Amino acid sequence: MAKLKIEDLKKIKEKVHSQTALREGGQRAKVTVHMGTCGIASGAREVLNALMRVIEETGVSDVNVTTSGCMGLCSREPLVTVEMLGKEPIKYEKMDEMKMRQVFKRHVLEGEIQTPFVLAKGAEIVR
Amino acid sequence: MLELALHILDIVENSVRAGATLVRILIRENRAKDLFLMRITDNGSGMTPEERQRALDPFYTTKKVRRVGLGLPMLSEATERTGGRMTLRSKPGMGTVVTAEFGLSHIDRQPMGDIASSLIATIVGNPGSDFIYRHEVDGRTYLLDTRELKKALEDVPLNHPEVTGFLREHITEGLSDIGAAA
Repeated sequence: MAKLKIEDLKKIKEKVHSQTALREGGQRAKVTVHMGTCGIASGAREVLNALMRVIEETGVSDVNVTTSGCMGLCSREPLVTVEMLGKEPIKYEKMDEMKMRQVFKRHVLEGEIQTPFVLAKGAEIVR
Repeated sequence: MLELALHILDIVENSVRAGATLVRILIRENRAKDLFLMRITDNGSGMTPEERQRALDPFYTTKKVRRVGLGLPMLSEATERTGGRMTLRSKPGMGTVVTAEFGLSHIDRQPMGDIASSLIATIVGNPGSDFIYRHEVDGRTYLLDTRELKKALEDVPLNHPEVTGFLREHITEGLSDIGAAA
């Protein structure tokens, strides 16, 4: 039998409620990890893990993490899109755990685009 | 794919893209029969018999951004390497069942890998769908149902760091309790 029970989630719920009561507001950024077959095979899951870990470490609560499919540039995977509120999305290519941490800390938190890893600016057009 | 857990992440993505609201993931390890079974059942849009047959063709995809679709062909290939096989059952409007059978002790069977990370990635990335993960080892069972989690959490989202931390521990502990294979 697992020592952790679903009932323990009630404690988490109460804890989260007590924290979020203090700060309300919109999301500062949306970070998308592309998770097609190509992304998964080249390490997108580890990139997502690193992202979630650094969010946990920094205690940031206004960043929306999501995943999406392949966008046709399989050779540049893992791809990550960072969309700061009101700004054009930035696509980062060939990401790994360390690059993800750097992009989160410098771009998402401080607004400084990490140009060495950038693939493109803007959203993809799916035809 | 280096891990079976990555195949699961990949195949479940298909279900979600087919509009599934509920995806069941079953892992069954049977040491007596030397069988490792992975079954993903969804209530998505399903496939016509023609689409189902073409799904195993690496040069068939429903996507427009590229001309290859390797997810299912790679899984099928992985099962056959271990003396197993993959079967697809599907009906338009009903959903799809992907069953992959592996030789449990076969040297070419990929390791299970980091299933906790795969499940968390699936849950975080697809908040609109529910997932049931069931892992059986010789009759002992570990079960995770996001519908139950959502009920207990009420308005706290499943992708909250506190929750994903809990899930990681819950899954890791649960699988080690039932003696799941690596």
